[in-house]
Amino acid sequence: MKLYKTIKELSGPLLIVEIPIDANIKYEELVEIELADKAIKRGRVLEVSEKTAIVQMFEHTTGFNIKSSKVKFLGRTMHLAVSKDMLGRVFDGACRPKDSLPQIIAEKELDINGSPINPCARDYPNDFIQTGISAIDGLNTLVRGQKLPIFSGAGLPHSAIAAQIARQANVKGQDFAVVFGAMGITFEEAEFFQQEFQKTGALERAVLFLNLADDPVVERITLPRMALTCAEYLAFEQDIHVLVILTDMTNYCEALREISAGRKEIPGRRGYPGYLYTDLSTIYERAGRIKGKKGSITQIPILTMPEDDKTHPIPDLTGYITEGQIMLSRDLHNQGIYPSIDVLPSLSRLKDKGIGLGKTREDHASVLNQLFAAYAQGKEARELSVVLGESALSEIDKKYLEFANKFEDRFVRQKKDENRTIENTLNLGWDLLSILPRAELKRVKEEHIKKYLKNYD
Amino acid sequence: MSDAHMYEVVKVSDKKLIGEIIKLVGDQAYIQVYEETSGIGPGEPVYLTARPLTVELGPGLLGSIYDGVQRPLDEIYKTAGDYISRGIDMAGLSRTRKWEFTPRLKKGEQAEPGVIIGTVQETSLIEHKIMIPPAHSGQISEIVQKGKYTVEDVICKIGNQEIKMKQIWPIRQSRPIIKKLIPSEPLLTGQRVIDAFFPVAQGGTACVPGPFGAGKTVVQHQLAKWSNVDIVVFVGCGERGNEMTDVLQEFPQLKDPKTNEPLMKRTVLIANTSNMPVAAREASVYTGITIAEYFRDMGYKVLLTADSTSRWAEAMREISGRLEEMPGEEGYPAYLSSRTAAFYERAGKVKCLGGREGSLTIVGAVSPPGGDLSEPVTQNTLRVTRVFWSLDEKLAYKRHFPAINWLTSYSLYCDKVDDFIKKNTSEDWPQMREKAMSILQKEAELQEIVRLVGVEALSAEEQLLLNTAKSIREDFLHQNAFDEIDTYTSLQKLYLMLKAILAFYNLGLKKLRENLKLEEILMLPFKEDIVKAKIMTEDKLEKSIKAINETV
Repeated sequence: MKLYKTIKELSGPLLIVEIPIDANIKYEELVEIELADKAIKRGRVLEVSEKTAIVQMFEHTTGFNIKSSKVKFLGRTMHLAVSKDMLGRVFDGACRPKDSLPQIIAEKELDINGSPINPCARDYPNDFIQTGISAIDGLNTLVRGQKLPIFSGAGLPHSAIAAQIARQANVKGQDFAVVFGAMGITFEEAEFFQQEFQKTGALERAVLFLNLADDPVVERITLPRMALTCAEYLAFEQDIHVLVILTDMTNYCEALREISAGRKEIPGRRGYPGYLYTDLSTIYERAGRIKGKKGSITQIPILTMPEDDKTHPIPDLTGYITEGQIMLSRDLHNQGIYPSIDVLPSLSRLKDKGIGLGKTREDHASVLNQLFAAYAQGKEARELSVVLGESALSEIDKKYLEFANKFEDRFVRQKKDENRTIENTLNLGWDLLSILPRAELKRVKEEHIKKYLKNYD
Repeated sequence: MSDAHMYEVVKVSDKKLIGEIIKLVGDQAYIQVYEETSGIGPGEPVYLTARPLTVELGPGLLGSIYDGVQRPLDEIYKTAGDYISRGIDMAGLSRTRKWEFTPRLKKGEQAEPGVIIGTVQETSLIEHKIMIPPAHSGQISEIVQKGKYTVEDVICKIGNQEIKMKQIWPIRQSRPIIKKLIPSEPLLTGQRVIDAFFPVAQGGTACVPGPFGAGKTVVQHQLAKWSNVDIVVFVGCGERGNEMTDVLQEFPQLKDPKTNEPLMKRTVLIANTSNMPVAAREASVYTGITIAEYFRDMGYKVLLTADSTSRWAEAMREISGRLEEMPGEEGYPAYLSSRTAAFYERAGKVKCLGGREGSLTIVGAVSPPGGDLSEPVTQNTLRVTRVFWSLDEKLAYKRHFPAINWLTSYSLYCDKVDDFIKKNTSEDWPQMREKAMSILQKEAELQEIVRLVGVEALSAEEQLLLNTAKSIREDFLHQNAFDEIDTYTSLQKLYLMLKAILAFYNLGLKKLRENLKLEEILMLPFKEDIVKAKIMTEDKLEKSIKAINETV
């Protein structure tokens, strides 16, 4: 393999290398740079023409020198060495062990970019996952193979909720694993997840990829792809049900913007590159089930919305790709309610096929609709009472207001280690519905009222 | 590459990736590759194919599922496995499958473009008409007997020109017609809010913008399932993989309400999920509409739904950005507006070559960022479409579906299709619709007052109106797509349902004048019938209306 000493330009993480016409360098090929002190730094080809190649470094270019640095093109694109031994291990954004154990022995090398799954090969996700959190199980049901992001804001308890889901969604009797990808999060946050997994013994069934806030920005781009390649291997070749948690997607998008700006691309909305949607889809779309395969990939990406604004490009584009969203509310959080899930703007698009008789319970769909409608009306009554005072409300509105308050206090609120079964969640829902007059229960079936409403007369 | 032509299809490198020439400068060609390009470098060969991006048209389209450049995904799944790997080249129509061809013309007859040479019963629902392709005409010198042929077999000769069952047509060019006609029949969807208030005509265009989670996709699915058209072309442009799978698994199960045959037998699916290459996404809507036009030319009523055209526009933006073109609004290329207009203009009720009448209706979903309708894609689409179904996030939160806002939506086809609806229901339909609309509008005004001073400040008549408006909203406009009966409403039943609500309103007004209290009126037994109207049969509903009218 030839070494080139023809670096022409260095700017930020980008290197421009002059190459001979017959160099045969490929797009996205991996590159190693040998510095004067024999240190090896890595990058990949971003652009190549007949005379020059633009190389993007994965690491800081501090200490690079145009004259003495040597460039080696490796002749292959980025691959991840995978093996079942990855379970229980911690890696950095370049898949180097971070837990002072030796590098794994690869069973296979896979292209981290993956390939799109043929829609004909997909199997529709319809297996209910019980997370033990009422606001999710009851109203925004998660199913296996779904991608359901948590839309959060700075300071909200998204990490605790994600950890609780990872802990409680562990279905007994099924081979289950968590792949955790952290992009640009702080040491403390990463430590929180590690400890959570360790405490509950989930660490042996988890693969952690960590890129902390002070690690190279470029690695944030490849990290989720590595995590998902690992997840695909575990799910579709080792028959494991994999839950992938990616945090924080906002940092990922920031990194993408940083690199795009470095490449002098024409910016789209708020300076993010125009291909942000396509780029995000190549991450999110790697969730799902495949016909004839036992395993599955369920994704829970976490993103913090800048200024809690869900029209910001990151949550906006994410929402268009993912199958719903779990929205956290600062209001509820300030009231001391955990988990502060705002159920109205939250949505699980795939819930309809994962609930009902044989999956959860026959009354689930109608209870869900009734709770949504009643809570929406209760919140409207609350707004009205803020303007006019509670005394101005009609009797029926007062009932709805009472319902909304109790709904938040008893249905949404639960302890961090409280694992509610779906029966408990639905019964709790019926319990709350009994606050309302019978005539208002338009969306539940008569037979279900008879069967499940407690003080039925 | 001086032999290259603009928009010619090329194969890049020995992996044979599909590409298209989008710019020529001197001896250089700019190629847009429709597949992932990692691992490709300078010095690799490029093969010219001497044809623009085309689709194959002929028997075998129905029931197929294609990607954006008409590669059959089900066939790829069988041969290449779970993932779509690069460089797969597969023809859109099966080369080996034989079709029973019945000739209609005889040797010696004169044939013009669009004339039907013969037919193939492609599925139990649809007879595929084999037409003389555009730009072919003359005397038939040879035609085959009735029998089984593949799409590649020559079935007819006009002079020296060979005609096969398969035609090819460039996707960016609309198929020729004799002339356009004014649409006059409604596209009945079985969705009450659409059929009653915001109808779209056969051959018309509609735009469904809405933020995510507002129910765009469900509306599109409902249209594809229930519309009274012969053929549905469903373009999933940059959509979710799981959603496409839902369509793929659900459609073969669904039965056509009229014939009880699987809906797939009249459907063509184009699935280009968001993680497939962006250039194929840009092409997918054109692939879809060319196939739709081909069926229209046979004299069928065709519906094309595109979900979502925003992804298509974004694909244009991405490509334009890579070409370093001067951007227009929000980074979109300056030609966004003209491309959008040209696309929707391919809809219409037309007199096709060969003299038949066919129609092509386009319903395009738009996904405006943040639900902000002032963005360029929505605005450009609204300028060229004539129906606007405004999906409202707030309604969706209340689980009011379809979440089509009755105050902001509009349809410019109302008066055009009124005659048809009057003929099929009753003369008083336009008045009823206006009355119901005015009640809803009045409700919005009254709600403002209620918000300020409380409901007690309203007169009894106004309170009755509020109650009626609530009834229209909850018992008429709200429709459950997942309920077996409620998911589809016939025109007759729709008429009766609205009639019952308005009759009750009239009854209420009368009783108020007779000094009956509002509470007492609302206790009248008819009220319950209205609530249950959704799941009542038409006869029962008719009786109930009669009873209300008699009391009046």
